[in-house]
Amino acid sequence: MSRYVIRFGALGYLALLLLLPVGFVFYRAFDHGFSHAWHAVTTPAAVHALELTLLIAAIAVPANTVFGIVMALALVRGRLPGRGLLNAAVDLPLALSPVVVGLSLVLLYGRGGWLGGLAGHGLKILFAFPGMVLATMFVSLPFVVREVVPVLREIGTEQEQAAETLGAGPFQTFRRITFPAIRWAVAYGVVLTTARAIGEFGAVSAVSGNIEGRTQTLPLYVKAQFDGFDTAGAYASSVVLAMIAIAVVVALRALHPREEAG
Amino acid sequence: MGYLSVVVLLPLAALVWSSRAGGLSVFWHEATRPEAVAALKLTLGVAAVCALVNAVAGTAIAWVLVRDRFRGKGIVDSVIDLPFALPTIVAGLTLLALYGPSGPFRVDIVGLIVALLFVTLPFVVRAVQPVLIELDTEMEEAAASLGARPLAIFRRIIFPNLLPAVLSGVALAFARAVGEFGAVVLISGNIPFKTQVSSVYIFGQLQSGNGSGAAAVSVLLLVISLGALLAIGGFRHWRTRHDRV
Amino acid sequence: MSGITVLDVTKRFNGFTALDDVSVTIPEGSLTALLGPSGSGKSTLLRVIAGLESPDGGKVLIGNEDVTEQPARARGVGMVFQHYAAFKHMTVYDNVAFGLAIRRRPRAEIRDRVHELLELVQLEGLAKRYPAQLSGGQRQRMALARALAVEPGVLLLDEPFGALDARVRKELRAWLRRLHDEVHVTTIIVTHDQEEAMEVAGQIVVLNEGRIEQVGSPRELYDSPANEFVMSFVGPVNRVGETFVRPHDVELSLEPEAGSEEAMVERVVHLGFEVRVELLRADGERLLAQLTQDDVEQLELEPGQIVHVRSSRTKTFA
Repeated sequence: MSRYVIRFGALGYLALLLLLPVGFVFYRAFDHGFSHAWHAVTTPAAVHALELTLLIAAIAVPANTVFGIVMALALVRGRLPGRGLLNAAVDLPLALSPVVVGLSLVLLYGRGGWLGGLAGHGLKILFAFPGMVLATMFVSLPFVVREVVPVLREIGTEQEQAAETLGAGPFQTFRRITFPAIRWAVAYGVVLTTARAIGEFGAVSAVSGNIEGRTQTLPLYVKAQFDGFDTAGAYASSVVLAMIAIAVVVALRALHPREEAG
Repeated sequence: MGYLSVVVLLPLAALVWSSRAGGLSVFWHEATRPEAVAALKLTLGVAAVCALVNAVAGTAIAWVLVRDRFRGKGIVDSVIDLPFALPTIVAGLTLLALYGPSGPFRVDIVGLIVALLFVTLPFVVRAVQPVLIELDTEMEEAAASLGARPLAIFRRIIFPNLLPAVLSGVALAFARAVGEFGAVVLISGNIPFKTQVSSVYIFGQLQSGNGSGAAAVSVLLLVISLGALLAIGGFRHWRTRHDRV
Repeated sequence: MSGITVLDVTKRFNGFTALDDVSVTIPEGSLTALLGPSGSGKSTLLRVIAGLESPDGGKVLIGNEDVTEQPARARGVGMVFQHYAAFKHMTVYDNVAFGLAIRRRPRAEIRDRVHELLELVQLEGLAKRYPAQLSGGQRQRMALARALAVEPGVLLLDEPFGALDARVRKELRAWLRRLHDEVHVTTIIVTHDQEEAMEVAGQIVVLNEGRIEQVGSPRELYDSPANEFVMSFVGPVNRVGETFVRPHDVELSLEPEAGSEEAMVERVVHLGFEVRVELLRADGERLLAQLTQDDVEQLELEPGQIVHVRSSRTKTFA
């Protein structure tokens, strides 16, 4: 009896909290018909925003993937002093407000900041593409590390040692033994990193300057349309983001069982 | 290591440095402005409510996902990650439509809490789930064979084993709720003393050119985040206390 | 193929001394067992020889070459791990081929060599399987084939049968013995099971608390143990005061004889051909006697009965 109470309580909570709002986005977006929605997401500003969002992700995700693998190896296999602190530094973006992240970048690269001088040398970081990439890298940094670390712990070192006794050097051991064992975890982390990179709002909006058609990512575009009373446009673009989110969830689901079988 | 420094540590160092560039008195003045204090109080209040609800609901959902059996469980399990995947501004937008001024349930603070519950949903569930999977049912069977009733089994066997994981998830959810911006910026509006949370306050200060005001409150949020991470580290240590020799 | 010389090797882990000035010679072509209880340093010694641990002091020679500073991959050793260390994402074929592929041998050569080895370890039909689809015994034979594929100068086995059930373990022991007769590579096997060491090895090195207690053939260790530790580790033993005697050297009779003492039969345990008799001496010490079924029938032993006990081949250690 109590089992059914918990089951329906939990499922009801999920339905109200998750499905109702997400369903509502689709409902509102297609309120005025499909062609209206299609028109809203194909305006030059919307298309540019989508392109910019994907471009930023295309830089931040590979960078964080390489970093994530190296960092996970260092955390699990390395014998560095201060591993606890390093761990905390890697987790920090998970716990920190994105607005604080954005502000930190503004203070670092802005006028009077330590690296504020870069702008004078023609390297404009704030309110420009590089700043948005840096903000995105910051907030999406931990995901690959977090996924890979437990898998590395679990596979242990025996296989790597066996490869070594068979004549494999460190790089060969990584390529042939370690990487195949962690690749599903890496893939899982990459999907999460991508999701975060595409969806980031607070940090990016603090450093972007939010110029339509130039430094506006899709989430920023959604907010701008809403503020400009173009709710139909806001909802239509939201649907694009929601569909990416659903693709992410499907990808995560596809990757999960493999990871366990691996 | 260098990457970590450039991407994460350097900006934060710049933040801390500039927050105290004008001296401690400026920092104190900025941090104790009535608007800032009101925003921080509201932020901590709604984050605490959100953490509490998550502790109960998250544990219950994890329980259902691990121990219960029903059709479509796999899909439910996947849907849990949706808040990780959905851009927060989209969540904010639809929750505003449901709970905002023109929506059917016009209650601001509740809307705020619901938005935070949405984005923090996965934390407790994903923290508790693996521990629950690993939790040996033999222990529960042993307790039952010794005469324990279901409630006693939960209280004496399951709960003590899950508690560190629940608290880790709650700490992360709390930290995320304190810092959340995208999901609440629309609902929170910009009404100081009423619905303005700290992240929105910081953003406002930044936009109006008051960098030191933004930095002062940001440092407080940074301290809260570090505190949460420290607590999580502590809970992890506590959870594995019986595994060490 | 080469012999191994370990000279004054010391290894510490965080203040715990795993190996304390150990020196031993492993003859070329021999099958040597490192025998000892857990924590005796036997696995550490094997890993030092393999190059997976570097010693804090001392030298390791393979053949006449000092390999102390060489990494594991350059030492030409084949190693088999307790938990198989199977490459889970590779087929049996690719596992065995790994060392050859790393050495960039021609494809045809690899194929021939792998099939030859799979035949040797009796896994011919399973080349396309993944490790997860094999039984424990099959996995361990695959690991052995993998180690042998690169024609190592020495073969190192770290508790290779420890994770297998008793029956498979017995089969594999006999099989390993025959395999060694065929390939004759210098082999070291680490084990905590004295029966396994006696059955498989030509030479046994007994370790305890990081030191070598004795080196010898199984027979030498059993018949003339160097000390109390070796005597009690390589077989069951009774201790009466300062003297030690094996249960099969305890003789029972119904009548008193020269040098015999009285004892009461507490329990008679029938294990088939062997019968174990638990005795209580007048001075309160307990004694175990190992008899055959025939002996026991002749004596008609019953619990509570008083018998006369005489021990032969007793040993005392200074």
